[in-house]
Amino acid sequence: MSRGGWRCGLVCLAAVCSLSQAAAQPLRIGSKRFTESYVLGEIAKRKLELAGFQAEHRQGMGGTIILWGALESGAIDLYPDYTGTVAEEILKTGRTTADEMRAALAARGVGLTGPLGFNNTYALAMRRSHAAALGLKRISDLARHPELRVGLTHEFLGRRDGWKPLAAHYGLTLTDVRGIEHALAYGALASGAIDLTDAYSTDAKLAALDLVVLEDDRAFFPRYDAVFLYRLGLEPRALAAIRSLEGTLDEARMSRLNAEAERAKDYTQAAALYFGAGTQRAEEQGARPLATRILRWTRRHLELVAVSLLFAILAGVPLGIRASRPGLVSQLILGVTGVLYTIPSLALLAMLVPLPFFGISARTAIFALFLYSLLPIVRNTAAGLADIPRGVRESAAALGLEPRAQLVKVFLPMASRTILAGIKTSAIMNVATATLAALIGAGGLGEPIFSGLNLNDNATILSGAIPAALLALAAQLSFEALDRLIIPRGLRLPQREP
Amino acid sequence: MIELRATEKRFGGTVALHPTDLCFTSGQVTVLIGPSGCGKSTLLRLIAGLEEPTSGLVEVDGERVGRASVLALRRRMGYVIQEGGLFPHLTAADNVLLMARHLKRPASESQARLDWLCELTCLHADSLRRYPLELSGGERQRVSLMRALMLDPEVLLLDEPLGALDPIMRLALEIDLKGIFARLKKTVVMVTHDVGEAAFLADTLVLLREGRVVQAGTFEDLRERPRHSFVSAFLSAQRRPEAS
Repeated sequence: MSRGGWRCGLVCLAAVCSLSQAAAQPLRIGSKRFTESYVLGEIAKRKLELAGFQAEHRQGMGGTIILWGALESGAIDLYPDYTGTVAEEILKTGRTTADEMRAALAARGVGLTGPLGFNNTYALAMRRSHAAALGLKRISDLARHPELRVGLTHEFLGRRDGWKPLAAHYGLTLTDVRGIEHALAYGALASGAIDLTDAYSTDAKLAALDLVVLEDDRAFFPRYDAVFLYRLGLEPRALAAIRSLEGTLDEARMSRLNAEAERAKDYTQAAALYFGAGTQRAEEQGARPLATRILRWTRRHLELVAVSLLFAILAGVPLGIRASRPGLVSQLILGVTGVLYTIPSLALLAMLVPLPFFGISARTAIFALFLYSLLPIVRNTAAGLADIPRGVRESAAALGLEPRAQLVKVFLPMASRTILAGIKTSAIMNVATATLAALIGAGGLGEPIFSGLNLNDNATILSGAIPAALLALAAQLSFEALDRLIIPRGLRLPQREP
Repeated sequence: MIELRATEKRFGGTVALHPTDLCFTSGQVTVLIGPSGCGKSTLLRLIAGLEEPTSGLVEVDGERVGRASVLALRRRMGYVIQEGGLFPHLTAADNVLLMARHLKRPASESQARLDWLCELTCLHADSLRRYPLELSGGERQRVSLMRALMLDPEVLLLDEPLGALDPIMRLALEIDLKGIFARLKKTVVMVTHDVGEAAFLADTLVLLREGRVVQAGTFEDLRERPRHSFVSAFLSAQRRPEAS
């Protein structure tokens, strides 16, 4: 049975793959998970469409690693980034000239446009009133205030041009430093939960929340000129369309677009501003009714959950059967599925995206969800089978049933309640975890959740979070119903006194 | 006929059964008796092929019990354990019919056999539709016995079949068992630690102690001509009213 299950699973997987490949015709633009990147992605999309190309925008994928991996593997065609990031994070060369950078990128099949016009460098931001009270103006002033509480994005914490080298450069001794999601950092700063965070100098929230940027008085941060990275195979006309953006966005303009995106809670509308007042199509898109969008997200979400859960059942139950026998192999199976479960989703995605088979398709999200769904199914299957009393186990053998028939006719039905409970747990967790698909632009209800987090827009967050909660509830209820269908009646009876 | 030849069973360092030669006559009821841990259950499990002997061999009808033969041999032996070992997800009838269906025996034949077994074991026909959890302990043992007899095996192996029952139910089933054994004339090997039960049901008793056979024979033999002081001690250790 297990071998047949695997074969069937592989066939299905192959079918899913060929489907997603066929759909991958238009030019694909990626963007990172913050407002400016979304807006630049939308601008590029409009620009390509005006030039007569079909383009799709995979919004708000995880961090630099995921986007770079996606670009290198051909899963996307272009995405906006910053020269400082390219030098420090991708090439890891430190400060270099644009030409050196271009040559190094070309060796890896990637091109670099000229600067779009603004330098969005990293900055450290504080509440204006707080900075004034402490008399802080420059980063070097921080050396006098080691008691300040710092909340930094995880990316900034780990970067080669991030916190540690910065602290060393300035001789800072702040000790209360923690990692925090960028979209949440501003709220934490405004509410006084932290005193200092990293920001981008064109960030619209700086003005909106009345924050000040500390001056980089010892020139630590490299230049972060906005550019597009693109695959060298990109069609010349498409490239020309993108390059026509060079030098057209100065800092003031970019800040305005960012502010518009956050005010209107709509990136498309902000991008439309770049092209002059609201182009028709952009408005149409922005006006797409919420119900339709929620329906689209929900449908995608369900697809991700259903496919990954199906594979997890097909693989998890046979693995659980194997793991129910004592021995080293069982320990290995349970150990590995447990370890898989502990890998943070962004890290898992970052590992998968550069692999040739995966890229940034729904396939990657499904595979990640599949891995996360295995643990409860494998564990419960193994535990359900191991819990069968010895007397029953031996009675099945003593009847003269073959081992396979013992499993199918006796042991699996007896363990069905526990196995189903594992599948139920998996399904509910899967509904919650499937939001990670949005990190690689694979859609689902994570899309409004992450984009709402970025826009500081609770309504958008809820338009993803509420359907996700309802889905989890629906999964719970439908599995309760399934219990009645699948678990034999004899196992659902109350125990009677002998 | 079942034969043990120099059969030995060790679990790690402990010896459950020292090398033993023993013969179980066809059509006779043999009861294995002895204190806890004397090896009587191990001996039964060796016959059923649930344990493999460390050395020596077990033969059933001249065929050696081993990996290759065990499946076919088990279908010619019925096996009943203390709590019945019924499958809780199947009704009593489905438990009894499981093997017949698995082997694709004609349904009408199986049904006739089921009815006959129901009558043989004095089980109320209504109980057949119930699940094991809905049956009393005595009913469960009757169903378990029916399941063991479904394929009409030549050998019936019983491991403390009455051990978990209350005294009244126990007595009723003891009497029924005696009738069933007499009617079927099968080779029966039964394990118990109850002397009265053994004396009542057995043609031959085999008394074991610490993995060795102390004495085999009729109850009379053991009582009148004990080969060892342990035999008398064991027989008299359990008080029973003279009436039974």
